[in-house]
Amino acid sequence: MPVAAMKRLWSMAMPFVAIGLLWQLAAQFFPPFLFPSLVDVFWRCGEILVTGALLSDVLATVFRILAGLIGAFVVGTLVALLMARSQATDRFLSPILSLFQGIPALSWVVFAIIWFHGIEFRIFFIMVVTTLPAFTFQVLGALRAMSKDLVEMVLSFRPTRMKLFRAMILPAVLPDIVTAWKVNLGNASRVVVVAELVGATGGIGYQLLQQQQLFDMAGALAWTLQIVLFVLVMQAVLTWIENSLFSYRAVSERTL
Amino acid sequence: MTAPTANSSDVAIHLGGVSKLFGNASSGEPFRAVDNLDLDVRTGEMVALLGKTGCGKSTIFNMVAGLLAPTSGTVRVGGRDPFADFNAFRGKIAIVFQNDRLLPWRSAIDNVELGLEMLGVPAEERRKTAQHWLSTLGLEGHENDFPHALSGGMRQRVSIARAFATNAGILLCDEPFSALDEMTANRLRAEFLRLVKENGKTAVFITHSINEALQIGDRIVVLKRPARIAYDVRLDASTTAADKEAIRKRIEDVLSA
Repeated sequence: MPVAAMKRLWSMAMPFVAIGLLWQLAAQFFPPFLFPSLVDVFWRCGEILVTGALLSDVLATVFRILAGLIGAFVVGTLVALLMARSQATDRFLSPILSLFQGIPALSWVVFAIIWFHGIEFRIFFIMVVTTLPAFTFQVLGALRAMSKDLVEMVLSFRPTRMKLFRAMILPAVLPDIVTAWKVNLGNASRVVVVAELVGATGGIGYQLLQQQQLFDMAGALAWTLQIVLFVLVMQAVLTWIENSLFSYRAVSERTL
Repeated sequence: MTAPTANSSDVAIHLGGVSKLFGNASSGEPFRAVDNLDLDVRTGEMVALLGKTGCGKSTIFNMVAGLLAPTSGTVRVGGRDPFADFNAFRGKIAIVFQNDRLLPWRSAIDNVELGLEMLGVPAEERRKTAQHWLSTLGLEGHENDFPHALSGGMRQRVSIARAFATNAGILLCDEPFSALDEMTANRLRAEFLRLVKENGKTAVFITHSINEALQIGDRIVVLKRPARIAYDVRLDASTTAADKEAIRKRIEDVLSA
């Protein structure tokens, strides 16, 4: 491996190594129910990943996050398109979305438990309603930030609506959409755990509740690491998409 | 030397009694950008629209392009209303803008193909045509470069190639060389003029430079604010250097009056 790549890898790993070392140091002085050894946590992680029943809890949470994000993205994009096309719609929907943004995720969990019976639908509802305003505002912002000059240039060729979308709108808003996914992925992974903690009979949130009742810190850490791992993998995928799709962007040699 | 009136069958672009008013947010009074303008451009003619900054040249340009509707009067291109019949002009009007307006996510050749894509030209034919125009404009070897990797002159060449690639009969140019250094602008202007003549285009060329208007136009229309014709003169093979000097003097007088 070239030296530059090694250095890059080390600079990426260093913060995690530092946190791990500090934790391990604390484990030497505190009882395991406060700071368990990372070796124990590692084995518990392994157990979750190789035990079918436990792994299905991880996959259930992953599925709930992705379903919620996809639902919110689709609805949010359609709402943003409506708002971008009509000022009256924008004036009507903007305050509603802002109101939704102000409602805490836990309140939505309570509302969903009161309103709905089905567990999966409850969680889907919570995920969509908590990430919808952010997706809508981000897509709307991207649509409004499109260069008027470029839009007029493409319009001067008299494209059909579909061709305008493919040649201009989609490539122009795609970078912002990927960023919106990155931001909302973190939000959704936090909300899903809250939703599962209160309103589910399976998933990482439910398992965390079990660990809390058993005072099992190693288990709580191991389950937390599952969702952290998922977020890191998804962020890496989104970064890869970003790097390959948006390689046309000029990069300044001097950083900001 | 004032331009003669064209026959109606001969007219590619017609503006009759055109006015354009814009709302003014600060004063509340509408701003008159174009005032009762009458202008006919004949087929195959290369008209330089000359005027100071803010005299309404770009407003006229946008109305002919179908991007703006006149407040009153009629705009016709090939006998049709470019704003109301917007889609009927697909492939019939091409534009070279003041800045290159290349799509940053497309390579040079993909940018040239843009208009052809809108016309539904098959991929292979698109590529061949785009390649031809890039080569014609001296950009061979830069087909796959993204706009940020090209110089200002090269980017403007790509935008000229994009305009010519659709083979539209009418070419609208909004000060396309004003952002370039003088040497590059001179070279490109000469190339552009040759291509317009060789391909038999009708062209309206907006400029604020008297030199550019004299170099490019078969006809020079001088506009005063709000856009109305202050001087209209035709140039041809018989126009001598002395005639051009007299025209320049007259234009200077009109513009400074």
